[in-house]
Amino acid sequence: MSSRQAPLPSISVDNVAVIRGNRLVLRGLTVTARSGDIIWVRGANGCGKSTLLRLIAGLLHATAGSIQTEGRIALADENLALDANLTVAKALMFWADMDGASADARSAALADMDLQGLAQVPVRFLSTGQRKRASIARVLTSKADIWLLDEPYNGLDSASCARLDQAITAHAATGGIVLVAAHQPPSINVAHSLILDRPEADA
Amino acid sequence: MKAFAALVAREVRVAWTGGGLWLPVIFYLAVATLFPFVTGPDKALLARTGGGILWIAALLATLLPIERLILPDRQAGILDQLAMRGWSDELVATAKIIGQIFAFALPLLLATVVGSALIGLPEAQLGTLLLGLALALPALSGLSVTIAALTAGLSGASALGGLLLVPITIPLLIFGAGTLSENPGNAMQLLAATALAITALSPFAAGAALRAGRT
Amino acid sequence: MRRRVMHRFANPARFLRIAKPLTPWLLWLGIALTLGACLWGVFFTPTERLMGDTVKIIFVHVPAAWLGMGGWTGIAIASIVQLVWRHPLAGVSARAIAVPGATFAAICLITGSIWGRPTWGTWWVWDGRLTSMLVLFFLYLGYIALSNASSEKGDTSRVAAVFGIIGAVNIPIINRSVIWWESQHQKASITLGGSSIDQAYLVPLFVSVAGFSLLFGALVLMRMRTALAEMRIEARMRRMADY
Repeated sequence: MSSRQAPLPSISVDNVAVIRGNRLVLRGLTVTARSGDIIWVRGANGCGKSTLLRLIAGLLHATAGSIQTEGRIALADENLALDANLTVAKALMFWADMDGASADARSAALADMDLQGLAQVPVRFLSTGQRKRASIARVLTSKADIWLLDEPYNGLDSASCARLDQAITAHAATGGIVLVAAHQPPSINVAHSLILDRPEADA
Repeated sequence: MKAFAALVAREVRVAWTGGGLWLPVIFYLAVATLFPFVTGPDKALLARTGGGILWIAALLATLLPIERLILPDRQAGILDQLAMRGWSDELVATAKIIGQIFAFALPLLLATVVGSALIGLPEAQLGTLLLGLALALPALSGLSVTIAALTAGLSGASALGGLLLVPITIPLLIFGAGTLSENPGNAMQLLAATALAITALSPFAAGAALRAGRT
Repeated sequence: MRRRVMHRFANPARFLRIAKPLTPWLLWLGIALTLGACLWGVFFTPTERLMGDTVKIIFVHVPAAWLGMGGWTGIAIASIVQLVWRHPLAGVSARAIAVPGATFAAICLITGSIWGRPTWGTWWVWDGRLTSMLVLFFLYLGYIALSNASSEKGDTSRVAAVFGIIGAVNIPIINRSVIWWESQHQKASITLGGSSIDQAYLVPLFVSVAGFSLLFGALVLMRMRTALAEMRIEARMRRMADY
């Protein structure tokens, strides 16, 4: 399953348009990302940041254009995807099993996100910021090449933000790709930022 | 394979911790208890109609888990995460159906022993009833996952689910009740054929429904 | 390496150009044929020996049964086209068929009940064919309820298409099981349509089936055009709300 040695991770979104319902959400969008890139996807609410991430994740079909990705992808969005009744450790272990990851990888991810103290607490008791950290820990556990993070800084205190920055920088340094969708600038240096505008109304 | 087993185990665990495992069983026995109030406690009448009553109760119990089968997983992003890991919708549906066989079909089969005692079913018929339900319950599990995928997130999902499920289960009910009648004929073979066909097709139907329901 | 290329949305404008002039033709020809066949059948065919004049209800009953069943076949075909080729008109047409199909299934049930009344002495008997039609009617209601509920999420719902195909697979099984069930409980009752149909009935019956089918087609086209117009208005409203 691990494809780190295999071809380098890359994303190539070419002239993509997306119609959702009757609405044109994205139009003529072209994005390329290579190994080591950190991209800040910025723009106002409803401009299609989440749509772009879901498109790259393969969860949405483009109405026109093409998308090619190389490497395994992990997504952390508003949906936690962790069982509310399980402890943080067990909920993460479920995805570790799904990804064929080891218990060590999960423990390391818990440590990276400073969640060891909460490992035995059921997910449903976590606060907003703690949930965010847990979902980032899920991404860390997955050992994916491409990280798609949707508003990862929401609800995080400054110490947690610094931890996240560190994890993102480290991932890019080892050849990964990180896309951060956020309305506010992340505190780290970004390779380049991608500004999404609302397409005009002439659908 | 390990991942598939983990997903099936998760289905059973979610049913267990969410109380979804006991609810259909208790409902099943409660419906079976209602019928004697309607027909009167006449032993002969109950023995004659009791098997059919349990069949109807089993069909109705199928409706109970529908709301918790797909929608919570879709809302929590679990289905998205599985899709990103290359799981086909059919495979997810298969895991959910197998999970339902453990978390719904087996407990209901055990409860049938209690239910048939309540209704005073002749002991000779208990074996036939258990065999018939053992054939039909996997098919009902498949149908409940399919209907859950069709109605996930729609307003009035549970009433809608009932409206969709009832006509489709009529063949199972006819052949199932037929196995208990005085001249069963080839009812058991027909039940087996119908139930196996529905069980085998349901992962594809449920998978297509999951795909169609993704907005 | 994954690659996803989607084709562009097809345009229903060509359909509208054909459907608009076609609708009145289908409608008026259908009405003419239907009325003609019914008048012919009622006044110019001999009275049947066993069942008397009530038998003449077959000029409505048989076309209704045909369209009730044919309607679901149409839904199934349109649903497959919608799911496999993602043709935008297919979903619209499947949904346009549902209400006329359900209506004809209901007409079939009502006329069957009226027809059976003098023969059976009651309005409803668990006759195999009528029972199958009743189950089909419930399938139609389920389909309509599902497509209405899911239309809140989009114009043409694909979950309804999945149910359309599930229903089509199930209808033969349901029919076989109901006929088997009737055979287990039969007590020498007269089934509808059992007696051989007189040659004199055959021609007006065919004309009536053709007339009702044309009417059905006209109804479906009208409903499709209405649905497309509503979709256009809704798209405009959404754009106004968005920007």
